[in-house]
Amino acid sequence: MTEYLQSTFLGPDIGWFVATLALILLIALPLMLAVAMIIYVDRKIIAAVALRRGPNVVGPFGLLQSFADGLKVFLQETIIPSGANKGLFLLAPIITFTVALLAWAVIPFSEEMVLANINIGVLYILAISSLGVYGVVISGWASNSKYPFFSAMRAAAQMISYEVSIGFILISVVLFAGTFNLNEIIKAQEGHIFGFVNAYGVNPLLFPMAVMFLISSMAETARAPFDLTEAESELVAGYQTEYSSMSFALFWLGEYANILLMCALNVILFWGGWLPPVDWEPLYAVPGIIWLFLKMFMIFFIFSWAWATVPRYRYDQLMRLGWKVFLPISIFWVFLVSGYVMIDKFGWPL
Amino acid sequence: MQIFAFYLFASIVIASGAFCIFARNPVHSVLWLILAFFNAAGLMLLVGAEFIAALLVIVYVGAVAVLFLFVVMMLDIDFAELRAGFMKNLPLGLLLALVLLAEIIFGVGAWTAGGMGEANAVVGPPAGGPSNIEALGALLYTKYIFLFEAAGMILLVAMVGAIVLTNRKRGGVRIQNIRDQVTRRPEDATRNEQPEVGKGVEL
Repeated sequence: MTEYLQSTFLGPDIGWFVATLALILLIALPLMLAVAMIIYVDRKIIAAVALRRGPNVVGPFGLLQSFADGLKVFLQETIIPSGANKGLFLLAPIITFTVALLAWAVIPFSEEMVLANINIGVLYILAISSLGVYGVVISGWASNSKYPFFSAMRAAAQMISYEVSIGFILISVVLFAGTFNLNEIIKAQEGHIFGFVNAYGVNPLLFPMAVMFLISSMAETARAPFDLTEAESELVAGYQTEYSSMSFALFWLGEYANILLMCALNVILFWGGWLPPVDWEPLYAVPGIIWLFLKMFMIFFIFSWAWATVPRYRYDQLMRLGWKVFLPISIFWVFLVSGYVMIDKFGWPL
Repeated sequence: MQIFAFYLFASIVIASGAFCIFARNPVHSVLWLILAFFNAAGLMLLVGAEFIAALLVIVYVGAVAVLFLFVVMMLDIDFAELRAGFMKNLPLGLLLALVLLAEIIFGVGAWTAGGMGEANAVVGPPAGGPSNIEALGALLYTKYIFLFEAAGMILLVAMVGAIVLTNRKRGGVRIQNIRDQVTRRPEDATRNEQPEVGKGVEL
């Protein structure tokens, strides 16, 4: 598409610009649709676990529930507390939403369907996800209210803690694949186990990493059982307490876009991305994007399942898990994996 | 296109640096600083140092500035007192500013005078060569291995030092023993009794 537009009357520069803009919209708009649907799926799964029906009124099977909610929120009045820092108060949800969309630029949906196939894809993801905390912290501070402020403090500490272990887990995958490029990481998983299974997660050396990454990604997105930032029994609604209308909706959308991103990352790093689960020729007839979405859906189901069944962690338990359990294990695993890779590539040193 | 991006990033860096100094609210200062970091990373990207750019965002924006923000948000700052200190430190500040200005003038002078050979050329990685990360790694782990490890040791010592300085034993604090809590079974804590009518249970 980029080449085609560059060859038309637009010329190379403007053509590139228009093509990239179109591709961004091509990712962002379906993503918003996916977010709306995944909210519905989330509520349905939780309802099923709680033996309820869940949303079932708006549209067939309640499928349009999220859109009805969106319309309702859109029509509401935006209330800005008089004590709030107005500019930052409005900036915070925008930051959260933008950052949640930014990271999708490097996610490969299939071998060719990737907006920016850059060599530092993993680092880019790390950099962007480390920005996510600002939306929360700024909203907590700018609200000028007790509960959001507590929530912001918690969120900052929580996200930083789990980013450390996520970094080490990413490093061990990068060591295994030998590249920072997300597409190359997926390709390296082809036929990884016995030349048949397309997934790093089944490798006994990387399986613990896969489990830790799943748990860390729940903590990183402040998703239950780690939703200490929005613990309603302690903090009302956390950093979103003072928000209403679209500013609230932006937080909401950003949160779910982040959850989807983390599902995608889980799939790309450990479960073979757009590759079919096993290396069997007929399965390659199915487009890669379908495999990616199916796998993402499985991961998301685990997210919902955990929300419905696991009680919320206490704050000190959360910190302990991050710093005293995940961090040492992941550091140890980096040594283990790098030792294995060295022996695998260069032979036994003695 | 590149020129346009350069001037965009550079002007935002300078403007946000200035706002960082002039902002009255320290939280705003930190946020302007973050914007400056972010655009500096953009400048790094323009010269083809994508790895450095990513590191700048991950380390400075993602970790250091969050900690700054964390501390500044919790501080109870008296703005009047801050401004009173301004006049007192003005001479020292002016001296520092003069030194920096002189250095910049010397630097620019030496650069325009030429004679620095290749330093004048715009540096960038050759297209199609090894990627940033590979090139950096190949240098860091071979030619500069001892310097690299020395830097690592210094950081480790600094970390240990910080922990030793702030770690103090306090008496009279109840600390939970996680292992005890996790290994405790229902049988240790509860018992099942069927008391006869009118007898009650001894606790």
